[in-house]
Parts: sequence; structure tokens; C-alpha cells
Amino acid sequence: MSVTVNKELSRSFPSGARALTLFDKIWEKHIVKQIGGGPSVIYIDKHFIHEVTSPQAFNGLNKRGIKVFRPQQTVATADHNVPTLNQHLPIKEELSRKQVEALITNCAEHGVELYGLGHPFQGIVHVIGPELGITQPGMTIVCGDSHTSTHGAFGCIAFGIGTSEVEMVLATQCLLQAKPKLMRINVDGELNKGVVSKDIVLYILSKISASGATGHAVEFAGSAIRSLSMEARMTICNMSIEMGARCGLIAPDDTTFDYMKDRPQTPKGALWEASLAYWKTLYSDGNAIFDKEIFLKAEDIEPMITYGTNPGMGIGINDNIPTAESINETDKSGLSKSLAYMGLTEGTPIKGQKVDYVFIGSCTNSRIEDLRMVASFVKGKRKADDVEVWVVPGSKQVEKQAKEEGIDKVFEEAGFILRQPGCSACLGMNEDKIPAGKYCISTSNRNFEGRQGPGARTMLASPLTAAAAAITGKVVDVRELLVSELEPVEN
Amino acid sequence: MIIEHCPKDSFGEQFKKMAKRINIVRSTIVPLNIENVDTDQIIPARFLKATSREGFGTNLFRDWRFINDDENQPKQEFVLNNKKYSGKILVTGKNFGCGSSREHAAWAIKDFGFDVVVSSFFADIFKNNALNNFLLPVTVSEKFLQKIFKAVEADPAIEIEVNLEKQMIKLLESPTGSSPRHWEPGEAREGPLGEAFEINSYKKTCLLNGYDDIDYLLNSKEDILKYENNLVSSL
Repeated sequence: MSVTVNKELSRSFPSGARALTLFDKIWEKHIVKQIGGGPSVIYIDKHFIHEVTSPQAFNGLNKRGIKVFRPQQTVATADHNVPTLNQHLPIKEELSRKQVEALITNCAEHGVELYGLGHPFQGIVHVIGPELGITQPGMTIVCGDSHTSTHGAFGCIAFGIGTSEVEMVLATQCLLQAKPKLMRINVDGELNKGVVSKDIVLYILSKISASGATGHAVEFAGSAIRSLSMEARMTICNMSIEMGARCGLIAPDDTTFDYMKDRPQTPKGALWEASLAYWKTLYSDGNAIFDKEIFLKAEDIEPMITYGTNPGMGIGINDNIPTAESINETDKSGLSKSLAYMGLTEGTPIKGQKVDYVFIGSCTNSRIEDLRMVASFVKGKRKADDVEVWVVPGSKQVEKQAKEEGIDKVFEEAGFILRQPGCSACLGMNEDKIPAGKYCISTSNRNFEGRQGPGARTMLASPLTAAAAAITGKVVDVRELLVSELEPVEN
Repeated sequence: MIIEHCPKDSFGEQFKKMAKRINIVRSTIVPLNIENVDTDQIIPARFLKATSREGFGTNLFRDWRFINDDENQPKQEFVLNNKKYSGKILVTGKNFGCGSSREHAAWAIKDFGFDVVVSSFFADIFKNNALNNFLLPVTVSEKFLQKIFKAVEADPAIEIEVNLEKQMIKLLESPTGSSPRHWEPGEAREGPLGEAFEINSYKKTCLLNGYDDIDYLLNSKEDILKYENNLVSSL
């Protein structure tokens, strides 16, 4: 890894002569006004809401006796605490049911479109936005969820906010925001076989740590990033928050436009052409300067897995768990605390570690491409007897597509359980929890203590590495099981 | 582009909530000497099912405080269960509040009785959430943070004064008679007992006067409408 830090930034050339970053271009277009010495009032193009972080915001509006200012710019779904089995039945858990009911009432009273349970567009908020074409380059997008950074894969400024801010956006379609510093992470070269975008982002995290991008907006660039599909780019931007980044973004290109074309809510006809012309201006100028720039080589990246309790604690699948001597002084107490929680030993291999659960899902890795990748690897294989495998699609659309492609049959034959869409075991707000002390290989984004249930031990990995663990019942290097290039599943 | 220099006039008089305002906080401290404390630890997801903002303090650091989620089985070694420590100021390791954007974390800390959180740096979303709830995040140097941890370890009765107006944080003489100058002989005696901290002038005005961002934004509606009209006409 090499790092460039620019202490003296020369961005203040006279207007017109400035080299702008992708972030600058979008940010400046959305400034309603600036407060001297303080934040700017930033206009928000799209606002996603869900059942968990919105009720208090609607209560605030109701107390003031005001309505949602621009209801057509807000989209709602129920995802965080919904069950992933029997979604046609009333939600059993009372508090979850009340939150979902409050969302229905609030959306109805304020004229907000809701893709709730039973709707063909329901799903994880960060899966449905791009899939429906709501997410578009150049936009500002917010949601009361930190993984809103996902949408940045389309070249927009997308970030998570708290409930007070949800209330502000509902009331005024604006937020007060200070401009973050800018960082660019370049990944160049060709990826090794069996290495996918989740491995790239876990690798970046292992290099810069779980706080390495705090206070920054991060643009991901370089040939390895450019070569990725939209789904794969979303996985990377999704986890930019795990580096502490305010948001992550990737300049839109033909891959972006091909993905977007003809989605339900993208512009059509002449408006598409006009939008396209604008979107093509969204890139960082050649001589644009970033506060910090990081350069990584794709060839250095191995399939990755986490051993600790924050997403920065990742290693290559064939590496040993670090020892206290091998890491810097301030991280030592964190290491021993993490390993005690995880029941793992420093200096030992992670490969061979027994796995009890495999969770394939979450806003990080639950898109159709992720399911296809898993299915193509698993086809004709059977899960290990003592492993429980849950596959939770990101949306009703993903679920439908998976069934149309016969992916559900592949999973069934492998002994994997295909559930219904929602956030599920990523954060264990519904009943999908990993029991205390059990090891789960998870394609989600956080391995925090108790994240998947009190006492649950999470190891983050790619869908491929998770699938390999499902088949073998332990942590393995998926490349040892890859006999040929991955083939698509036939109908 | 409009640039305003004094946000004060842009808040509606009717929305001023003087009770919330914050300026000088003087208190003993609770030291949580752990880095990368994420919001899942501050308030686990299973407690996010309320539809109001109240009562989250009960579940603050729930899984670090209790064995098997049982209030009758407190984990004695956890600092919130240690009777030696109390106060309105929580002092924590770097990267506090990382992870989930849940504002419930700020609500829980405030509801538990803290007015100030001190760390060497905060996760961005948590910092905004704290400020929006009149919970003051004070960012100090790593060196000064370690000094606070050592001081409170030597004398749990030691107090800190945070002065928002002056943007100063300092260790005070301990009421039990020991002085912070005595907690560690040698080099530590030479360092200052106080440090200036940064906060942007807009947020400072808000906290000192009890103003909310939302009041400011609601009073900026004309500018927002103008912005929208310009967008439409530029298409």
C-alpha cells in the first residue's frame, strides 16, 4: 500500500479554473446556502425511510403540526425487523409489528410511497433503491441507516443520518452538513481467481482500519474497481462506512448506465439522453487533488475473512490470526478483548475453524449476482451436516429472479434455506439470530460483539467463501474447491 | 450563493428551547477506556423497537453491563457498574460511536445522565446525532485523553470542567484533596491540565442557545423554495 497526503490543497482557484473531484461536482450543485464558519444547507434529492429510524421523526412532524415537505422524494420500505419466513402472516413480535404498523400509518398520512410487506418491490432499502432505478448518478441521497453509502456506487453522494436528521429532511428536504475531507482509494490490476469485491473491501479495511476514513468522503477508483459490475461496486461502497467514511462513491460509466437503462424509475426517452449527457460529466478531473490518496494492487488481494470484532480486523484466508507483538501498541487491548469474545487464539491459522451457521444476505451481499455466484459454486454439492445455512434475498425482485433462474432449486438440493427478503441476521432485530457462542460466516458488514445476536461470533467473508464454508463446515480457501471457472447456473 | 454569518436571527423565536442549552459542565467522570466502541454496543439492535425517544438509558451498554441480559447479574468489572465512578462526563477511547447510524445511541447516553462525551475522535454520524441531542462531543488530543484516563485511575473523584463558550476542557483540583498535579510524578506534571477544543461556530451557537437545526431549516424555507425553482428553470 502506498499513501499520499496533501496538507496544502490548492482548490481555491478562481471559478472555472478549478479541478474538481466527483464529490465537489455533486456537492456544489446541492448547496442551498452556506453559513459562515459552519455547515451548508444541502438539498436532498432522494430520501429512503424504514420502520426503525423513522417513527420518532414522524412524531416530531406531527407535534409541530407539519406535513412531509416533498413526499414524492421519499420512498419507504419495511426491512429491518421483518420476519423472513411466512411474511404473509401478521408479525408475531409485538414491538416489531407496531413499528411496521406505524410506518404504514405515517406513510399514508403524509402521502409517502411505501413498498411494505407483501408489495412486489419490498426489500432491503439499499437493494431496492438501485434495483428500481430510484438511485441515479449526481444525486444526494440519505436514509436513517449507515449503509446508505451503498448508493454511492452510482456516483452520488449518499450517506446515513440519524433520526433528528430524518425529521429535518421530511420537514424541509434539506440538511445542515459540513463538507467532509476527500480521499481516493485506487485499486489497480487484475483480481486473483476466487477473489471478489467483498474481498477487496475487507482488504482495504484491513489496511486502513475501521476508522481509517473517518471524516472523509471516499472515491474508489482504479482499473480493478472499473472492472466490477454494479452489484460488486455496491458491495464496496456499502462498506465504506466501516472505514468510518462519510460516504463512498464511484464515478458512473457505461457499466452504470447499462445497469440503469429501463429500470422502472429511471428517466426514459429524451429525458434519458439528457440525463446521460449530464451523468457523463460526473468524474474527478484529471488534476483534481484529494486530501489523501491510497494506492493498492489487486494482485495482492487474497480471499479475506475477519477474526475479530470490528470489520478492520481481517486477514487473508491463509494467514494466521495476528499476535499482540505483530500489531501496534494502541490496538493491543482491542485484540485480546476481541479474541476472547471470538474464542480464537492469536498466532494460529483461521483456516480449519469450525463453522456452525452461514448467513448469505444483507445490504452488502444479497443481490441477484451474489445469489448466482453462490449457486454456481454450490450446484451439485451438499452442505455439511452440522451447518445451518440461511440465504436471505435482498428484495422481492431478487427472490423472484432467483426462482426464475432455478437458483432456489440449487439451494434446496444443497440443503440451503432460501428465506424471504429483509435485513435478517445481519443485525438480529427479527428472530433470525445466531445463538451465543456459535460461529457464523456471514456475507454481511459488521462483526461487532452481539451484532448477530447476544454472544454470536461473526466472521465476515465473501459469498464464495461463505458458500465454501457451508459445504465443508469450516473456514476454507474457496480456491482449493474451484475445479474450473465458475459457470452460470442453467435454467 | 447565499452566505449567512449569524445564524441566530434565522431561528424562530417560538422554537427557542432554553432548557436544553449547554455551556459549562463540571463533573466527575466515567472512564470507558476502550477504542472503536460501536453503536451496537452502546444500544443493541433489539432495543430499537420503541417509537418514542425516551427511556433508552436503561439499556445503555446493555450487553457489557449484564450477564445473560439479566439485570440481577451485573458484570462487576464494567465501568458503569463500578460505584467508584459517576458523573455527567463519559470519557472514551478513539473512534467512539462507529457503525450503525442509530440515534438511539445518543438518546441512551443522554438519558443515562451524560451531558458530555470526550474522546480523541468520534465517528461522523454519531457526532452529528450527539450534537442534535445537546450531548456535547469534545475531541481532545490522544495525549490529553490518556492524561485524563491516568488522572481518574489515580483519583476517581477528580473533576473535569468543560467550557463550551471558551472551548476549553480542563482537569480540576480534586475535591478529596489530591491534585491532578500529583497523580504521576515526572513528565506528566509538565503538561498542561487543560486543552482547547474545536467546534464549528454554528453548532456552538445552537448549543449555547438551545437552538435546533430543524428550526433553522424551517426558517430557511424561502431559500429552499428559491433553490428548487432555480433547479426547475435550469432544466
